[in-house]
Amino acid sequence: MARIDLNNLAHSYLAKPKSDADYALRKTDHVWEDGRAYALLGPSGCGKTTLLNIISGLLQPSEGKVLFDGKDVSALPPQERNIAQVFQFPVIYDTMSVFDNLAFPLRNRKIPPAEVQTRVKEVAEMLELVDVLDKRAANLSADAKQKISLGRGLVRSDVAAILFDEPLTVIDPHLKLMLRRKLKQIHARFKLTMVYVTHDQLEALTFADQVVVMNEGRVLQIGTPQDLFENPQHTFVGYFIGSPGMNFLPCTMQNGSACLGEIRIPIGKETEQLQGNFELGIRPEFLVLHNNPLPETYKVTVKEIEDLGNCQIVRVQLAEHTLKVKVPEGQEVPAEYGFLEFPPEWIRLYADGNLIERGVQKQPQLEPVQ
Amino acid sequence: MNKWEDNKAWFMVIPVFLVVAVSAIIPLMTVVNYSLQDIFGPGQRVYVGLEWYKKALTDSRLHDALSRQLLFSSLVLLIEIPLGIMIALMMPKKGWGASLSLVLVALPLLIPWNVIGTIWIIFMRPDIGLLGAAINNMGIPFDHTAAPFDAWVTVMMMEVWHWTPLVVLLAYAGLQAIPEAYFQAARIDGASAWATFRYIQLPKMRGVLTIAVLLRFMDSFLIYAEPFVLTGGGPGNSTTFLSIYLVKLAVGQFDLGPAAAFSMIYFLIVLLFCWLFYQVLLKVGTGDKS
Repeated sequence: MARIDLNNLAHSYLAKPKSDADYALRKTDHVWEDGRAYALLGPSGCGKTTLLNIISGLLQPSEGKVLFDGKDVSALPPQERNIAQVFQFPVIYDTMSVFDNLAFPLRNRKIPPAEVQTRVKEVAEMLELVDVLDKRAANLSADAKQKISLGRGLVRSDVAAILFDEPLTVIDPHLKLMLRRKLKQIHARFKLTMVYVTHDQLEALTFADQVVVMNEGRVLQIGTPQDLFENPQHTFVGYFIGSPGMNFLPCTMQNGSACLGEIRIPIGKETEQLQGNFELGIRPEFLVLHNNPLPETYKVTVKEIEDLGNCQIVRVQLAEHTLKVKVPEGQEVPAEYGFLEFPPEWIRLYADGNLIERGVQKQPQLEPVQ
Repeated sequence: MNKWEDNKAWFMVIPVFLVVAVSAIIPLMTVVNYSLQDIFGPGQRVYVGLEWYKKALTDSRLHDALSRQLLFSSLVLLIEIPLGIMIALMMPKKGWGASLSLVLVALPLLIPWNVIGTIWIIFMRPDIGLLGAAINNMGIPFDHTAAPFDAWVTVMMMEVWHWTPLVVLLAYAGLQAIPEAYFQAARIDGASAWATFRYIQLPKMRGVLTIAVLLRFMDSFLIYAEPFVLTGGGPGNSTTFLSIYLVKLAVGQFDLGPAAAFSMIYFLIVLLFCWLFYQVLLKVGTGDKS
């Protein structure tokens, strides 16, 4: 169990990186607390696996340091870091039985046979592998194999953190849920630091206490699922988290109002000093679509209604901009024209992709979802 | 649907059947036919039944050639398979080094077989050969045309030089196909280099190694051109392998009947060994004890 510090970490697969674009992982400086579950979330090629492999020691970072509990491990090989890693495709030793597979990391470390026996039994019980201990690992299903690779990490009593690299990719959907629950149970029981790489936001949001959103080699935001939803620090986070993602409208700021051509959306007094070009961001969930004109609403054309069963996604056009609005199931959506309300407390402003702190009173923060 | 329609599929098989017939079945049946007759010349033949088979099976020179052949093929497998795996393990996995080493390794495979014999004749000559002369200059008398042991050493070296590359290529392809995650997992599990080889690389190479063993066994069992050029089966009969003896019998003495019977026995031996190897290799490492 360990706290993981990333000190000015950066990595490039090129020998002599010239520009920022040459870095698979750009300068990163974070602390990951002991015993918590983190998810690295981002699209393919955003550097999340690179970061994971640096932590496990499979990759040597080109710059910066990795500390486990304050101890510099940057130069240590993976076997000396007490890390367990579960890969995208189940890695098992084909010729061995399930028992031997689970015992392998212990035997390599010259643990006495009696202890190997008890540790393996314990882990097999937890992962529900007791019945197949004598079977050959090669003949099992993908989810059982994935449990074995997880088990090889868990058998080691000294393991500092478990890293997961998209471990559920090859698992059938109905087993995914079970395996994910198993992971949460294990996390609750052992209080291990867990780092979970995925490009599936649902997986990330359900698994982790803290989600690390990455794009193009940069960590854009680390926060609770609620944080990411309500206060995306970057337009990418807003767009990537949520389904559908956040609406963004290019605007200019004048006297505390966002101007989209003729339309002026008042945001608040504290933005009065802001001048110039911005992007207005608001989640589809927070937009309100009315059938009748009310003060502070804007006339929109209804383009398309998508009924998802538990809600409706309505695409509306405001001047030349298209927005998505999430309307509760059952509420009648106007056929042609509607009137859109922008609740000011949910409007976020971005400049060059980054959130502008504007001192709007934030919604009272709930406790982070556990 | 009547029976005629059911059997229409047989028409589709005709082209393949014709090709196989011309290339394998007809020649084979011709040999079977020859092996049952005494042939004096065109149109002059007498049916002799299993006479030639009895003769072949009791021929002591054939027995000698067969044991020589078995020893040779065993040595070939024992040396080439481990050596091939070792070389494949040492080859670079990517970059220009990988391409370069592949080309270098594959070179012996590109040379015509009889040329290989010629190369090694010159290479091993005690007077002017690069290696032959070098060994003699070190004070060790070496002459593959005079001493049976030296002839064997030379033939083995030539065979290993010529055909280990095939094993290397197969093993290398097998190694390249192993996903990186296996090696990463092994490192994390603290596996030694030997354990990585024993539990990941070797099991994952099983398929290609089965093919390598079968190919090397068959080819070495049928070896002809290189030792024929290099030693001509000598000195004495010391490097007279089965095919060399067979050719001496058929072409040298024009004894078509006995040679055909011999061929059939030879063919059945190869078939039997390949079947045995295949059965064993299918089960090795799968934990299937039946």
